[in-house]
Order: sequence, then C-alpha cells, then structure tokens
Amino acid sequence: MISCITKIKHKDFLAFLFALLLSFSAFAQGASETAEVATRGVEPGATEGASADGAAADPAVLDAGEALFKNNCASCHSAGSDVVVGPGLQGVTQRRSTSWLQSWIKNSQALIQSGDAQAVAIYNEYDKQAMPSFAAFSDDEVNSILAFIESGQGVAQAPAAGPPGAEAGENVGTNAIGAVGGYLDIVLVVLIIVLIVLVVVLLLISSLLKNYLNKNNQLDEYDNEIVNQRFDLSKVYKSKAVRTLVVLIFVVVLIDLSIDKVMGIGIQQGYQPTQPIAFSHRLHAGEHQINCNYCHTTVYKSKSASIPSANICMNCHSQIQKESPEIQKIYRAIERNEPIQWVRIHNLPDLAYFNHSQHTQVGNIECQTCHGPIQEMDVVYQYSPLTMGWCIDCHRETPLNTEGNEYYDNLVKLHEASSKGAFTVASNGGTECSKCHY
Amino acid sequence: MQDRIKYWKGIEELENTPEFQKHAHNEFPEFLPINDTTKEGAAGVNNKRRDFLKLLGFSVAAVSLASCEAPVRKAIPYLNKPVDVEPGVANWYATTFYSHGDYNSILVKTREGRPIKIEPNPMSNLTPMGTSPRAQASVLGVYDNNRLRAPYIGGKESDWETVDREIVSRLNSVNGKVAFVSSTIISPSTKKLINEFGSRFGNFEHVVYDPSSSSALLAANGGVVPGYDFSKANIIVGVNADFLGTWIAPTPFAKQYIQTRKVSSDKPEMSRHYQFETRLSLTGANADVRVPIKPSEEAAFVAALYAAISGGSATLPASIDKKNFDAAVKDLRANRGKALVVSGSNDTAVQTLITAINQALGAEGTTIDTASPFLVKQGNDAQMLRLIEEMNAGSVGAIFFYDANPAYDHPLAERVVAGLKKVGLKISFSERLDETAALVDFVTPDNNYLESWNDFEAKKGYLSLAQPVLNPIFTTRQAQDSMLLWSGSNTSFYEYIRNNWREIATGDFNEFWEQTVHDGVLNGRTLSTGNTTAANSLTAASAASAISSRRAAATTGDAVEAVIYEKVQIGPGTAGAANNPWLQEMGDPISKATWGNYVAMPRKMAEEREIVQGDMIKVTFANNKSIELPALVQPGQAQGTVSIAMGYGHELESMPVAQGLGANAFPIVSVVDNNLLYSNTVTLTKTDATNPIAQLQTHHTIMDRLVVQENTLAKYKENPKDVTEYIRIATHDGPAKPATISLWDDYEYKDHHWGMVIDLNSCIGCGACTVSCHIENNVPVVGKAEVLNRRDMHWLRIDRYYSAVEHEEKDYETMEDPAENPSVIFQPMLCQHCNHAPCETVCPVAATMHSSEGINQMAYNRCVGTRYCANNCPYKVRRFNWFAYFENDKFANVNYMMNSDLGRMVLNPDVTVRARGVMEKCSFCVQRVQLGKLEAKREKRRPKDGEIVTACAQSCPTDAIIFGDMLDPESRISQVLVKEQGERAFHVLEEINTQPNVTYLTKIRNLA
Repeated sequence: MISCITKIKHKDFLAFLFALLLSFSAFAQGASETAEVATRGVEPGATEGASADGAAADPAVLDAGEALFKNNCASCHSAGSDVVVGPGLQGVTQRRSTSWLQSWIKNSQALIQSGDAQAVAIYNEYDKQAMPSFAAFSDDEVNSILAFIESGQGVAQAPAAGPPGAEAGENVGTNAIGAVGGYLDIVLVVLIIVLIVLVVVLLLISSLLKNYLNKNNQLDEYDNEIVNQRFDLSKVYKSKAVRTLVVLIFVVVLIDLSIDKVMGIGIQQGYQPTQPIAFSHRLHAGEHQINCNYCHTTVYKSKSASIPSANICMNCHSQIQKESPEIQKIYRAIERNEPIQWVRIHNLPDLAYFNHSQHTQVGNIECQTCHGPIQEMDVVYQYSPLTMGWCIDCHRETPLNTEGNEYYDNLVKLHEASSKGAFTVASNGGTECSKCHY
Repeated sequence: MQDRIKYWKGIEELENTPEFQKHAHNEFPEFLPINDTTKEGAAGVNNKRRDFLKLLGFSVAAVSLASCEAPVRKAIPYLNKPVDVEPGVANWYATTFYSHGDYNSILVKTREGRPIKIEPNPMSNLTPMGTSPRAQASVLGVYDNNRLRAPYIGGKESDWETVDREIVSRLNSVNGKVAFVSSTIISPSTKKLINEFGSRFGNFEHVVYDPSSSSALLAANGGVVPGYDFSKANIIVGVNADFLGTWIAPTPFAKQYIQTRKVSSDKPEMSRHYQFETRLSLTGANADVRVPIKPSEEAAFVAALYAAISGGSATLPASIDKKNFDAAVKDLRANRGKALVVSGSNDTAVQTLITAINQALGAEGTTIDTASPFLVKQGNDAQMLRLIEEMNAGSVGAIFFYDANPAYDHPLAERVVAGLKKVGLKISFSERLDETAALVDFVTPDNNYLESWNDFEAKKGYLSLAQPVLNPIFTTRQAQDSMLLWSGSNTSFYEYIRNNWREIATGDFNEFWEQTVHDGVLNGRTLSTGNTTAANSLTAASAASAISSRRAAATTGDAVEAVIYEKVQIGPGTAGAANNPWLQEMGDPISKATWGNYVAMPRKMAEEREIVQGDMIKVTFANNKSIELPALVQPGQAQGTVSIAMGYGHELESMPVAQGLGANAFPIVSVVDNNLLYSNTVTLTKTDATNPIAQLQTHHTIMDRLVVQENTLAKYKENPKDVTEYIRIATHDGPAKPATISLWDDYEYKDHHWGMVIDLNSCIGCGACTVSCHIENNVPVVGKAEVLNRRDMHWLRIDRYYSAVEHEEKDYETMEDPAENPSVIFQPMLCQHCNHAPCETVCPVAATMHSSEGINQMAYNRCVGTRYCANNCPYKVRRFNWFAYFENDKFANVNYMMNSDLGRMVLNPDVTVRARGVMEKCSFCVQRVQLGKLEAKREKRRPKDGEIVTACAQSCPTDAIIFGDMLDPESRISQVLVKEQGERAFHVLEEINTQPNVTYLTKIRNLA
C-alpha cells in the first residue's frame, strides 16, 4: 500500500513540477481532440442503400456496383484479367452462371463443401485460399457488382496499393512522448542539484556573517539576541495551530487519495498498452477508410465485435506490405499455428452484459461514440470510462432509434400518448438492472 | 362435499416433531458452521475476533494493492476463423443422446465451439418436447477431467501406435472364443460393424446385457419391446413399471402419456391410470389409483388379472386391495382396444401373461404399434450368464467391453472378476478406468458422444444421427474407428455410416445426408436387422400354471422383501450419470434425497423395528453378504418390503463425484431361471451408526396453507368452475378478490409482460427442468454436507406433497394411516415474479426490484447479503451464496464445473457466476428474454410467441410449463389464461396479494 502511494506521489510530483516549471499545457490538446470525435466517422453503413435492379447499363446500378466492388472485392480481385490475390474478374459473367456466382460470393466454402466441381477447382487453383463469404449481400447487390465488372469500367484501375511511408508513421507518437519524458527527468535532477547547492551556499553565507559579527563584539544586547537567536523546534512542535494544520492536511490528503483510489478501481480510461503487433487504426480505418465491419466481422450481429482472425489480415496482406516486419509477425503466427495474443483494452467486468449488435445494428450508434476517434489512433486506447454512470447517462439522454423498426411502433404511440419528452432508452426500461446484469 | 385434503411434505411434517418445528421456523441456520471449526477446538473460538481483524486488515491491504495495477488481459482471436462460428453467437447442432434406454433426440447449443446446453430436437417424432434429466446433464460428460487422456496398457499410460500394434498382433494369435460384451446398442451401423469385426474370428459372440434388464419382456414379445403407445390408451395399468421415470423409454412414454392426461373444459376427458407397485415410483405418483403390492405377490396378481380378463380362474392374493383390482378389471374390459397393461417384471412367465392380457384386450394394433417396436432394450440375461461361466471355464480367449461395466453392474460381478483372470486378451473401450476397465489389459478410450458420429434407431422406423459438436478434447478415439482400424480397414466410421445409409437414401445422397445431419432425425425408414433373442417357448396357459404352482417365498423372522430399482437421475449408475454433480444434487422425485442411496421402508416397519431415518441398516442377503445403508421412511412403500436404488457405491478414484456415495445394490439382484430378478429376500439389522440423508424440500413448512390444488374429473365434468378454491377477503362490501384491495400502485406494462403457466395436471415431476435450470443459469452444486445444512441452491425445485383425505370422524380404529399409501402431487416452485413482491420492499439497498416487463430482477453486485428478502419471501425461492463455490477447494469435486479449467467450459457465458454473500433466484431466464427481444429488434419485428422460452419450459417433456408474453393476446399463455380463468387457474397464496406472474392450473384426478 505504501509503495503504491509513494509511486503515485512520485508521479504526481513530477507532473506538478513539469507543469509549473515549463508551463506546458497538455490538457488543451486533449480537449480539442474530443470535440472532433462526434463529427467525423468511418460511417459503417456507407455502402448500404445501393439497391440495383433492372438493366445492367443503368448508371445507378453501375455506381452501386462500383462502390461495393471497391469496398469489398478490390483488395483481392482486379476487374481486369490480372491476378491479385484471387483471379481477375474480367469476363467472369461469361465464364460462370449468375446463380453459381451468387452462391459462390455469398458463401464460397459452402459451395466447395457441397462438392461443386468448378468451386473445388478454383479453390485448389488458388492454393486453397478461402474467399471470405459475403452472406449479407442481397441478390441485387451481387448483380450490381457483376454488372460493374461486365461493364469493364474498372479495368483500367490498378488495385489499390498501400501508400508509401505507412511504416514510417508507426510509433511516432509513443517515441515522442518517451523522449520528452527522458528530457524532463534530466532537467529535474539538474534543478534539484542547483537548489541544494543554493541552500548550502546560503547557509554558508549566513554562518560566515554571524561569525564575523560575533567576533567584532560591537553588538548591543538587542542585536545580539537577534543574531544568535536559537531556533526552537519544540515551540513549533508544541504549537496548537501547527499541529491542527498538519493533522488537517494529512486527513484531507488521505481522504482525497482514498476516494480517488476507490472511485478509480477498475477504471482504465486512457489505458493504452503496447500491442504485440503495431497495428494502426489510423492507417486502416482512417486513411484507407476500411469499414470497421470488414475486420470486426460480428459487430452488427453478436455481443462481441470480435478481434479479427489472422486470415482476415491475410485477405489483403498476402499481397500488400508483405515485407514489413510487423506483417511478418502475422506470417509467423500462421506458420507456427499460434494465434496472436492481443492485449485487451476494453475490459468490462463479468457482471455487466454488453451486446455490440444491440447498439450498432438496432441503436445505429457510431463506433466512435464509445471508442473515440479510432480512425486517428495509431495505438488504440480506452476512450470512454466504461463505468456504469457513463452507460446510464447515455441511456438517459439517447433517444431510441425507432424509425422503421416494427418492434417499437406500438411503443412509440404509447409513449407519445403519455409523455411529451423524448422516447429515450431509459424511458423504455433501459436503466433497469436486468437489462445489463444477469 | 369433499373432505379437506391435508398435504404434507414428509413424515416429519405429518408427525410435526419438535425438531421439525424448530427447523421450520429457522430459515437460515446461523448455528451451522461456515468455517471448518471442528479441528480447532475451543481454543480457536477465543481468537476469532482478533483473527477477524487481522483478516480485515489484510484484505483491505490486498484490495488496495490489487487495485493499483489491473492485470493485463489478452484477447486471442482465431488464427483461422471457421466460417460458421461467430464469437458470441450460439450454434445449434442436432444429435442424439442414448444411454441405457434413455433415448433423446437433442440439439446441442455451442458457443465458440464449446457445447454448453442440451435442448430437445423439435423435429423428432419421439422426443420433440423435452429431455430426460440425464440427457440434460450429459453435456458435462465431455468436460470430465477423469476421462482417460490416452490409451492404457496394463494400467499404464501408453500411446495409440503401441496399443494398436500390440492389439492387432495379439488378436491374430487369439485362442478360443472372442466375446464382445456391450449394453444395448441401438446403432444399426455399430451393430453391423461389430458383426463384421467378429466375422474374422472363428468363434465370435456379441453378448448384450443390460444392468437393468428387460430380458423377460423381450422373450415374451419375440425379442423386441412392444411399440407401446400410451397416447391411445383410455385405461393404463402399470405393474411395477416405472415408465415415466426409468422403464424402457421414459421420455417418449412421457410424451405419449401426457396427451391423454391434459384436460380443458372443452375436452374434460382423460385416461385413467392404475398402478400396482411395491415402491412409490414416479409413475405410481402420477397414477389415479395406486395400490401397493409385494414383489412376491406380483406373479399371482398378474395371473389373477389374466384370469379376470380372459375368463380363467385364479385368486387374487388376500393382501391386495380387491376393490381397486376389480375396478381396474372392469375398466379394462370396458375399454377393449383402448387399454394397455405394462409390467416391469423380469419374470418370463409374468411377461408372457402380460402379453396375453394385452392380446385379449385387443391392444395390438391400437395401443401397441406392432409394426414399430422399441429397440432400446436388447439385453439377454441368459447369454451374459453363459458367458460368465465360459470365462470361468477358461474357454474365452479375448473379450471386449463396450459401454459395459459388468465388474460393477452385474449381480455376479465377483464371478466376472474371477473369470476375467482366465481370459487371455481383455480390451475395454471405457472412457475412464471404471471397475471393469481397471482389470483389463488394454483400455482404448472411446470419445464422448458429443465428439462422435453415430446413428440410432430407438424405435423401428425412427432413425436419428449423432454428429460431433467438437473435436476430441483428449487423445481418445471412437471405439468404432478403433475396430475398423484393427480389422485393417482404412475407412473412418463416418464413411462407414454414410455407406450404410446409402441404401435408404432418396435422391442425391449428399443432399439427403446434409439434410439428415441438419435435422438429426429421419422417420419412416429403418436400418434395423432382426434380433438375437430366442423366441419364447412359454404359452400363456403354461405361464399361468407355472405361477400357480410356485410357492410363496417364505419370509421368516427378520427377513423382508427388497426391490432393487433405477433412480430417475442416476439410472444404472454409469459413470456419465454417477460422476455428474448436477444429477447427484438433483433430488429424487419422490424422496427428494440427494447424494446417495438408502433403504426405503414403510413407516410401520420403521416403527416396529424402532428405526428412525438416518439409522444405518445392515442389509444381509444371499451367501451372508451385506451392505450398509441409512434408512429412509418412505410413505407408499408396500408393507413388509424395502427398496434400494442401484447405481451407487462406486469406490474408484476415476469417479470422484460418486466415490463413496451409498452402497452397491447390484449384488442383491437374484438370478432365477437365467433371468435377473430385481427383488430378493434380505435381512435388516439396525446398527449403532447413523448417516443422515441429505433431502431437499423438507426444510420448510406450508403451515396448512392452500398451496397446491387438486380435484376429481367427475367434479370437473360437472362444473369446471367449481374445481379450484379461490380465497376471498371479507370487506364491508362483502367478499372480494385479494387483488382488489392493495396498498401499492399497480405496474403499467407497455412492452411485454412475461408470465408463466404451470399445469399441475401435466407435470409428472421428473425433474428435467431443475437440471436444465441449473445448467442454464450457472447455479452452483453444493454437495451433500451443504444440502444437509439446508443450503442447496436450486432456483427451481419440484415440491412433492403427499396427501390423504382427512377424515372428519376421529375414529382411530377405522382411520387408515395417512402415510401408508398417500396421493402425491408435484408442484414446480420457482420465483413467482410477484407484481407486489414482498422481497422488493424490504431490500435496504434496492438490489431486487421490478422491471418494466414484469420480471423481479436481482442485481447481484448491489446485494449486500442482508437476506431480508429471503425472510420475506412467502414462496421460499431465494437462495443465498454462503460460500464462493467457484475456485474453492472445498467444492473442487462436487462443483467441478466451476473449479477446473476444463469444467468451466460448460458455464453459460451470458450469465454471471455469483460471488459469496449474495442472494440469487430464478430470473425467468432473463438472458434468453433479452436475446430474443434483441433478435426481434435486429430483424425489425415483434418477437414471435414461442421464440422466447425459459430453460425449464424448453426441457419439460410433458409441456407442463408455458412461458410467454401476457400482453400479446395471440400468445399461447394469454389464451390459456383467458380460458382457464375461474376454472383451473390459481395463484399460490393468493390471499396475501403478492399477485404472482406465475399461474398454476389445478390438478385433476380421474379417480375410480
């Protein structure tokens, strides 16, 4: 316990001096970051709404197909004839029947397992590399992609390659902070030495002066008393005021510390551990605008958003940035057949039940609302406190996403009949214990 | 006017002993030890306060230290995510559970590849509604740490390569007969494989025996169990046949039986069920008329019944109630073609007569489906007895044991052990070192059934498949694969089954196969091939004369008749059931006893011999052998008899849960005419020792309040509105419903209002719901010592009440002993989710409160453990966590699913494991409610009725529990409530105005 407190004190003390001496304002930046979060997003639903039917030449269908193709297919397939990861798709609509393509795209593994000869052949041709299934696509969406491929519009475009210099940006933030920390320590040590020297010098001077005055014997009774005044510690010690003050300060500090610690048990806001692989969300979600759902595949359908498995990384990285030492770590994990052990950042206690799909799919909440500006994070940190108060606040303020959801139709009517306030999560029982604790 | 019925929970309440009164008023026995202070002695007591302070200081320090730095937790994704596994989303696989007659077509719920729950397969025609308790609990078997992790040679761990090499070489040089011993196998492919495997040996025999044998039934019916169909019977007569609990195929029978037992005012008709039996069985408890008979009178009784039906002459033994016998005969005769008589006897003469009775009643083709017999029992006692002699004669060269443990569960186990020493090569496929496997040369452990492919045909024309739901956890191999390998085949058993099924496939085989694996069942086609049992040479007439020439067994002096029976939860005591804490802690449906067997005796016998419950009784039987067991006073037990359950008395370390519980009753089983008879004459001697029996439910008293309600069918037909007693409160305006006078405001429900209806007429008391609840909700198992301390944790219990009509005139001469043959009524009791809940108002920290959907919710992390709520709960359904049951060495065995890494795999990841010091109780499976609502919201629709069900409702084999949204007028529960309001629907303790969301329906008895 003591070691714990001293550690805190040490840290606090350093921070205090740092702020005082260098007048360095670290907080202003943080605040401005927060403000930006809500306004920017990766927009998980960007590709939705692209419904296409009718003639293949319909430009709206082609646009929708293009968008779908670029977001979902282009990382592995070119619309031309060259092989990226999977085969080039030029003329695929002539080679295969539409129904075959439909079932292949929606679940290629099922088709392979059913023993379809064409499917097995293509699977073996490409070294048994599985194509991710796109079961969520509607028939129309697949048709729009096929229409786009058929139109040949995408042929000229080269498959997207990773921008140069992506690696250089890695770890910049952490290194900088580390460097500043080292510098600060040196400054502090020097300062402390200077202060000690100053005190010693002052003490020396005062004793020299005293000796000089005493030798001269020119002092009267009154002066003598002042010069040779003896500092009486016991007087201070016995002083009631001092005692009260010390006790008071001690008690206040103790209470403050303990309240702080008790409140902070389990709260890890800002927790930013070093991950085994320096994966950058800024690069993937920010610069390349990859949909969160592409890697966190279950975020719209499960309680957990799921950490992507290595084969999802390999969808792109079997082609892109293969030589990067960080990517090599994924290769090694696959070779050794050992899963990657990421450090878990968001640790909700076991007693609280949280379901991602309830919030993302039903509530239509942006990922950034809770996870912060994830598209700007090189190293992910815990943005929200994840305390019960934080959850409840949001449940009290957020209106339910009832639009177009038959589940809520009657409830909305009942609510409007009885209350004028917004139909929030809380007003539908969203703050009851057994909504999250069971 | 019917006499008032007096209900009581156990003998002690009937007698109202001072000790019972003391306990009844003391819900939380504070005097009971929380620490193991027995070793400390008196000196330890003085230091308690200081120790407490020290501990307090230490824990504060520890907590603060721990809070300084949170441990680093890992998130480990799949390396290669399987296509159909989504983390956090459950997958369901259809498969089949079969163990010693207990057949269930099931769905296995898996999360991230781990099986965690078993539910009925609604596509099955045999078991679409519920499961048996054993099937429910079987999910734990795969996580049993005491399964073998590798093959064994001569008691030492080895590897498969060595084992295969040695077995193959020794099989090539085997001298003498090769025997393959198994219990009943209902897998057509496995049977075919065994025959093929044996065909290369000159002298091969597949010996099938069942620890709980139906050999005589098979002999009397051409080698099969007749295709009984209770759903077509108006009159059912059971003679020592516990067909709802353990006999033949209880889960399908329960489904059939209940179809004729459900009543409504539109259809006030139900079957009448007579049960003539020795011990009070689950089936007897459900009978309309139950008559106790001695096992020695059984044959004479059946002969008399045969005579009465067919017009012959035989006299009924004098001690059997003539009035009820005549009533049964009259009913049977009046219902030709709609009557069914079944017997659990293993006496060929008796079963021959039963077959003749059913023929005389025209049951064949009506209440017996002759085209589709049951195949779940195939054991042949004579065959096994012959093999034991052959083993002892030294003529057996090699022997295999598959799903068989005769060194434990055969009455001649000693001869088996002696004979095994003379067998050259002994191989067991046992999953663990059980009694037999410990004596063999090679143990080649079989996979758990959840890790295996298999096929089943429980009833002719009803096929089902088993598919693996996970890879083998240990380096085990399926027995069938081992056999294929040893016979030099390269095919896997999976391919073998597929090839076998090609002959019945229609259309494209791959499509057919995928569909069948998906469904788990296939009806209307058969793979079964004949049977091995020799046909019966007895005719009904010769059987009747054989019986009449028998002399009654002379019981002299202290000798009494003993019956050996299967318990609903443990069955014949296979490791899968016996080593399963959920089943051990599940109360016996009748005696409510847990953790062990006992000598159940009638009260009269106990009084005569001055035996009180818990006294150790020495039971001496043939050859002066004996076992010692505690006595239990059992109302309804036939006079002059005792009953003892089989399946206990395991002493091996490979079954730590069952180790040392009770005693093995198999040796008492007698061998008569090459059949195993499950009764014998024994001598009882009271010893000085005592051993308390851990019973559930006898803890509380009902104080003569109106808790369960029942009435007769005659009255129900007369006026359905007159069968249920509704309590009215006197007001100045006259009598009023209690709900009309209330201090509290009513809740307003807008979205959902969850409720439950429990039909007491449908509940047979099997206990599947209690096990299901345990598993679904991570309820800890506490073990025998803590059950004795009345700290069991069941969220849902089945209260069993005995009753007898209280006679008005206090004439002791004529008044029968109410405990001699009481009626039984079962009442599932769980949190009633009261709208005016007494628990909610007394919680000082608001840890329990009402939700906007009518659920009484419990926030564990807010609970500080005052236990006021439990004190104030009139239904006594709240449970207090006296200990941390997880990661606690004290509960390492009895609660191993929370105390080992492997065991924890079975826990439901959506439900909290509760800490010490908090209250818990039924939550209406709120995790399922929430998930069901979420799925509906995701699909932008309202939840469909039947989509959201609690674990108990889902696993009920008789559909006695209906769960649903009472706000949805279309839902089944709403319609039942509208229909039954004022007729059979009642709330327990309505007078205290708790307004429960659980409604019960009055039980109707079709009395003769």
